[in-house]
Amino acid sequence: MKEEKEEEILKDKKKNIEEETALFARVEEFLQVFRKNAEFTQDVLKENEKLRFKVVQLEGEVSRLKDILNSHDPNAELRKKINELEQGISQMLDKFRQVEDENRTFAQRYIEIEEENNNLANLYIASYQLHSTLDFKDVLQIIMEIIINLIGAEEFGILLLDEKAKDLRAVSAEGIERDIFPAFKLGSGIIGNVAQSGESYFKDKIPDIIKLDFHNPLVCIPLKIKDKIIGVIVVYKLLQQKKAFTSLDNELFTLLAGHAATAIFSSKLYSESERKLTTIQSFIDLLAK
Amino acid sequence: MPEYKLLIVEDSPTMRQLIIFALKRLRNIKFTEADDGVDGLKKLSQDIYNLIITDINMPVMDGLKLVSLIRKDALHKDIPVVIITTEGGKEDRERAITLGANAYLTKPIQAPQVLKVVKELLKIE
Repeated sequence: MKEEKEEEILKDKKKNIEEETALFARVEEFLQVFRKNAEFTQDVLKENEKLRFKVVQLEGEVSRLKDILNSHDPNAELRKKINELEQGISQMLDKFRQVEDENRTFAQRYIEIEEENNNLANLYIASYQLHSTLDFKDVLQIIMEIIINLIGAEEFGILLLDEKAKDLRAVSAEGIERDIFPAFKLGSGIIGNVAQSGESYFKDKIPDIIKLDFHNPLVCIPLKIKDKIIGVIVVYKLLQQKKAFTSLDNELFTLLAGHAATAIFSSKLYSESERKLTTIQSFIDLLAK
Repeated sequence: MPEYKLLIVEDSPTMRQLIIFALKRLRNIKFTEADDGVDGLKKLSQDIYNLIITDINMPVMDGLKLVSLIRKDALHKDIPVVIITTEGGKEDRERAITLGANAYLTKPIQAPQVLKVVKELLKIE
């Protein structure tokens, strides 16, 4: 019985040992699994750490690339360029308008100067011609040419003052027979008054049809040497293409008033002196014989 | 640049001076002056001209007679002729153009007007 009990105890012990051994084996197995898991976890953690580092690196790279992209944004560059160009264009347009205005002013000024230049040339040529001779007839002819060609008169006359008779008589005429000119009393009528006052006369309006009236001219200009009046120029009719007087005509009339008078006076004095010289020379020749 | 020779037939020295002044700004132009139609023909017999400017009313021979003679002359018939005259009537203009004048200007002349006509006839830019 005892032996049976002992054997049973032994059996139990053996069973326990076997169970313990199996348990140990299972624990060992579990530990191995656990160790493997631990190693795996460590590997995963290491990998995780590596990945995090990589993520941080990539985030930095992304940020840097964004900055680069922003700094090299082609649209921004273009917008900037467009703004600059628009400003440039605006400035250019302002400048262009200024230049255009200046050009217009210069063009207008050019026309004015050109006209002034032509007027001065006409005056110069007229003046030059007037003083180019001391022959009385030539001087009268030049005055006539100026009145025809530069002013555009068709019917007119040059009248000189007879100091003794106190009247004005025609010495030259165009478009009208000189001999049919009447004598104009100094101080009487338009012509006589111009010769007395020294003030030019211009008819207010040039009529379309003109009938010759010796006492009613279109224009009457005194021929003056300082304040001394030696005669007048009277214009009765203009050439058919000449419809009105211009500023140049006024200048030419002013020029004629002074220069034509001087030229006429000088040529008359010269002719008289020549005549006297011839007379004196003849007298001397006679005495010498 | 070619040299142009211009003959100005005009009895008034004042007008001749004015025409020369008006055309002086054209470079390479040589002017020859004649007092009337006969003098003009004489000058034509001595040289070949590129253009003739003539008045109508002149002593000895008028401008219209001169134009008709030029147009009948084989050597000079193609020379352009500009008339500058006091005659502003339509008939005068038509008569001159019929006789062979290329341009007809009336006095008093404007320098730019003369310059324009001459430049056109000489084909100067």
